[in-house]
Amino acid sequence: MQIEFNLNGQTVSAEVEPRTTLADCIRNNFGQTGTHLACEHGVCGACTVLVNGEAVRSCLLLAVQVQGDKVVTVEGLSGDELTPLQAAFRKHHALQCGFCTPGFITTAHALLSHEPDANEERIRDVLSGNLCRCSGYIPIVEAVLEARSSYRDSGSK
Amino acid sequence: MKPPIFEYASPSTVAEAVSLLASRNGNAKVISGGQSLMPMLAFRLAAPELLVDIKHLKDLGAIRIGEDGVRLGAKVRWCDIERDARLTVSHPLLAEAIKHVAHYQIRNRGTVGGSVAHADPSAEMPGIAMTCDARMTIVGSAGTRVEAAADFFTGPLQTSLEPDEILTEVHLPAWPVSRRWAFLEFARRKGDFAMAGVALYYDLDGGRIVNAHVGAIGVADRPIRLTEVEAVLNGNKMSDKLIATASAKARQSVDPPTDIHAPGAYRAALIATLLGRGLKKSAA
Amino acid sequence: MKVFNSYIGRPMERVEDLRLVRGRGTYVADVNRPNQLYAVILRSSTAHGIIKSIDSSEALALPGVHRVLTAKDLGSKVPVIPLRLQPLPQLETFHQPVLADKKVRYVGEPVAVVIAESAALAEDALEHIALEIEPLPAVATREQAEGKRSLVFEEHGSNVAITWKAFRGNVDEAFKTADYVRREKFRVQRHAAMFMEPRGFVAEWDEAAGKLTVWGAAKTPWHNRRTLAAQLGLPLEAVDLVEVDVGGGFGSRGEFYPEDYLIPAAARIVGRPVKWNEDRREHMMTANHAREMECDVEFACTRDGRFIGLRGQIWCDIGAYIRTNGSVGPRNIAQYMCGPYCMEHIDLKSSMLTTNKTPCGTYRGPGRYETDFVRERMIDLAAQDLKIDRLELRRRNLVADSQMPYPLPSITPYDSSTELDSGDYHAVFDRCLKEFGWEERSKLRGRLIDGYYHGLAIGSFIEGGAAGPKEEVRLVLETDGALSVYMGSSSVGQGLETIMAQIAADAMEMSYDKITIRHGSTSYVKDGYGAYHSRSTVMGGSAILVGAEKLKELIRKTAAERFGCKPEEVVIDGEQAGFGGNHLSFAGLSETPLEVEAEFFNKKYTWSYGTQAAHVAVDPGTGHVKVIDVTSVEDVGRMINPLTLHGQAIGSMVQGLGGAFLEHLVYDDEGQLLTGSFADYLLPSATDFPSVRSVTLELKPCPNNPLGAKGAGEGGLIPIGGLMANAVADALSHLNVQPMELPLSPPRIWQLVEKAEAARAKA
Repeated sequence: MQIEFNLNGQTVSAEVEPRTTLADCIRNNFGQTGTHLACEHGVCGACTVLVNGEAVRSCLLLAVQVQGDKVVTVEGLSGDELTPLQAAFRKHHALQCGFCTPGFITTAHALLSHEPDANEERIRDVLSGNLCRCSGYIPIVEAVLEARSSYRDSGSK
Repeated sequence: MKPPIFEYASPSTVAEAVSLLASRNGNAKVISGGQSLMPMLAFRLAAPELLVDIKHLKDLGAIRIGEDGVRLGAKVRWCDIERDARLTVSHPLLAEAIKHVAHYQIRNRGTVGGSVAHADPSAEMPGIAMTCDARMTIVGSAGTRVEAAADFFTGPLQTSLEPDEILTEVHLPAWPVSRRWAFLEFARRKGDFAMAGVALYYDLDGGRIVNAHVGAIGVADRPIRLTEVEAVLNGNKMSDKLIATASAKARQSVDPPTDIHAPGAYRAALIATLLGRGLKKSAA
Repeated sequence: MKVFNSYIGRPMERVEDLRLVRGRGTYVADVNRPNQLYAVILRSSTAHGIIKSIDSSEALALPGVHRVLTAKDLGSKVPVIPLRLQPLPQLETFHQPVLADKKVRYVGEPVAVVIAESAALAEDALEHIALEIEPLPAVATREQAEGKRSLVFEEHGSNVAITWKAFRGNVDEAFKTADYVRREKFRVQRHAAMFMEPRGFVAEWDEAAGKLTVWGAAKTPWHNRRTLAAQLGLPLEAVDLVEVDVGGGFGSRGEFYPEDYLIPAAARIVGRPVKWNEDRREHMMTANHAREMECDVEFACTRDGRFIGLRGQIWCDIGAYIRTNGSVGPRNIAQYMCGPYCMEHIDLKSSMLTTNKTPCGTYRGPGRYETDFVRERMIDLAAQDLKIDRLELRRRNLVADSQMPYPLPSITPYDSSTELDSGDYHAVFDRCLKEFGWEERSKLRGRLIDGYYHGLAIGSFIEGGAAGPKEEVRLVLETDGALSVYMGSSSVGQGLETIMAQIAADAMEMSYDKITIRHGSTSYVKDGYGAYHSRSTVMGGSAILVGAEKLKELIRKTAAERFGCKPEEVVIDGEQAGFGGNHLSFAGLSETPLEVEAEFFNKKYTWSYGTQAAHVAVDPGTGHVKVIDVTSVEDVGRMINPLTLHGQAIGSMVQGLGGAFLEHLVYDDEGQLLTGSFADYLLPSATDFPSVRSVTLELKPCPNNPLGAKGAGEGGLIPIGGLMANAVADALSHLNVQPMELPLSPPRIWQLVEKAEAARAKA
């Protein structure tokens, strides 16, 4: 099937099988490999992307389901300089192997864009849908807490 | 874990959707939020020929609150329920139960209709539907029908839905403001399926419990009502003794299966504990 | 050797993060080669059986399917996976063939390789391969293993592969006269490293150049290259293993698995690059399992609480084959059960039982986690029996600083001995009590608050590191004055690129920004060793120091030729070589890069050590345990980067908590793995253990390497099992609940409470 959607600010199109997940489409059709697959059954959150501004598990979406939608991946949230959220991750050592990190970045970005005043409990709650095996989560929570100020100052980034 | 091959359609009307389902002789499946169906496809536990996506069906995404209660369209998502402030008054039991469903990303996609049609015996929404005598509106080739929850859930991951039928609405009866209620579940981690959970409500008439509804998830092959417990409660005033009696009755009246997460005896004891705590909470 | 502390010891932000935090890392699933095909592995769904036939004809007829490889395609003798550690000849029987040949021995064992145009098509093809297996009775429990009904290896005559023995002193005599002996049985559940990035390989055979390149290496690339080259009959130089970004290892990823052979072999056979990515369901039944053990142990003390020794039998369920390092855990359980305590008399036998389950290997703190559970539980039980305070009992027996180096028990066969190198165990113990707030929290012990009973526990641990024999580096001073460091060390996510740059910067007295660490390709150095047993900092770091001295010599020699003086007259300072008022910058010092190779050898393990304390609250109704606080204090000798070290400490502790409460790979009696996904295998999430603290000290440097550092990074989880079990026992002491088995799942706690209440009612 032919699909067309907005990926990280650009209109993209591809011919895909209906069974192709959004995750595989992003990675293989469009070469955006920042979105990672760690379970492919909707538990670990490493594949989290934003669809129309909402955080979703891209392994649980078919590419054909995002026809006409706006999809943003970790690449779409990154520039030449680290964003305040990314700088906070680095500062707090919120990543070790880095495999789960893009999923945390997109999820945290979605959360703070909608709730820049989220408290620690809310942050932990939301992040409980993303698995990390290296960090023990504490530095990730610290990083997201610190990043809040940048979302308060100028809205979503 | 790539899904098996299937076709995909996203019709614009319910009639079209029903027609597509009917055309495949039981080999087509509805996809709503996909949060339960996609893992099944990834594990190749399901291999439908055709997925019928209901994303374009109008009017199925609304939460309607009126004198006759709360009507949840099949496409209502968990995040929609979370954000609808009216529900804390119009159906606090629903609002509380849904807080326990899954995780952030799933809550942006998972739907009432999908969850109820999937009928996981440990899931919250089927539990609420069962507890509250929900009525399901179902549309198929033969027309529209309304079914009571008690008849809708027929077995483990089984419902009375025919292959050509779509669940379009879950209707929870009106909720009096003075109603007493509680929802408690115990899960290994936040967002996990409950090891067991209890949803209960009752009204008070002259200080005595009437209209007790006690539902349980995670203790049988489908969400159930603990009717024997309800019988213990009805007509009586709440007291520690009544709570103890009701809890003991709860433990006796279930026979949960044993699985890798817990022996049946644990779940039976757990439902009794949760019931006791829930009754205490409801009376506070 | 002068080693300045301008970078070493600083919590420098990691250079790796710049790409990883933007999703610009390259993990093996991100590697693509032109014209590549995709492999998917057909795996046995029978735990034990004889392969009768494999018919791939239907699969081959499917569009997009190129080949289906089975054992018969791999030559007259199917290659087997040799042992990397403790490679005793009598263990050869248990080597795993890269594809099941006559028998299948575990659910998940590779039987065939499907190669197709896409992973999805290859997966479709699996369903069309007719695999006929005549089932044999499965060996899935210790009783079944010890019975003779079914043998995993008929030729061996039993399911006991080997028994290791740890020994010291004269146990039988000592136990005869001991005031106090307590005997108990313990069990630890099967669980696993469960790193987040599933394994994968991309292999490419360049026929013209006769060169094989394999992406996806980790942990021990040089060893794996030797193994692979030998199996394929290729010279070493024809094979290059490339390590890209690696999503965690924890001792499990990077060992040689069947796919390490199968994917390169497939690439050679089909003549096109082949890409393979494991999925999570596969991972659960293929990546090394760990930790499953039972034991029956006696602990002897004097009446006034001096530890005398340990005697007993340990059984380790190691699965269907002995993997590359499958003996390490079982040996460590026996050899290190004494931990940081003086115990003169040790007689512990550790038997490895073959079963029809996934083979086992090392997982962070192998054997150490299990053995500390046993020992610390025994200590608390002894404290109860002897009516001696738990803290005091430990203090009385911790090895003292004055006793260092303190020999640990020996182990045989494949004899090895080691000794604790340095440490002030008592100081760290006391520091832990202080950081944790033991005195204040003690007031809550046994109290019921809001439906929860509160309890505390403490435990001390040792962590071995820096396994030898050596590590290699190659330092290259580029013509622009930058320094490239090629290492034999491997990255598994631990921040190698940053930490080694810190060490190199100090050793060369250079700016950190001029240093690039390159790791993980076998073309980088001749003979690297890799990342295991917490060795990279000590071994790789020390090799860098050796290399820096050699490079400085070469710089002096080169500068001397230009100055016209003797090399010893040249002074190196601030990235310049100077003589008699003249200076030559490192940049442009030579027309070609200056290159040295260096090695660091080591025979002595380092021993980090520490103490942890925990505060839990238990709900007897649900069996839920809330971890209110767990605090670790560890002395690592010398910290290179406190930021990354702290990160590993916390991460390790949370892994330990997962093992203590949540994680369990469950098999039924037929050898079927029932835990097949993340829905059933429960990993800690952000809400489970919010209160984990760690303090790292540099009290006693290691005397055996120029950095003074000790391997660290595994220690956090080592005491957790015993600690949590003791804390639960403390919380429920009014019922005398005694957990003897992990995990401390809610149903298990509930059952212990029910049993204890029933016993109390009877009494």
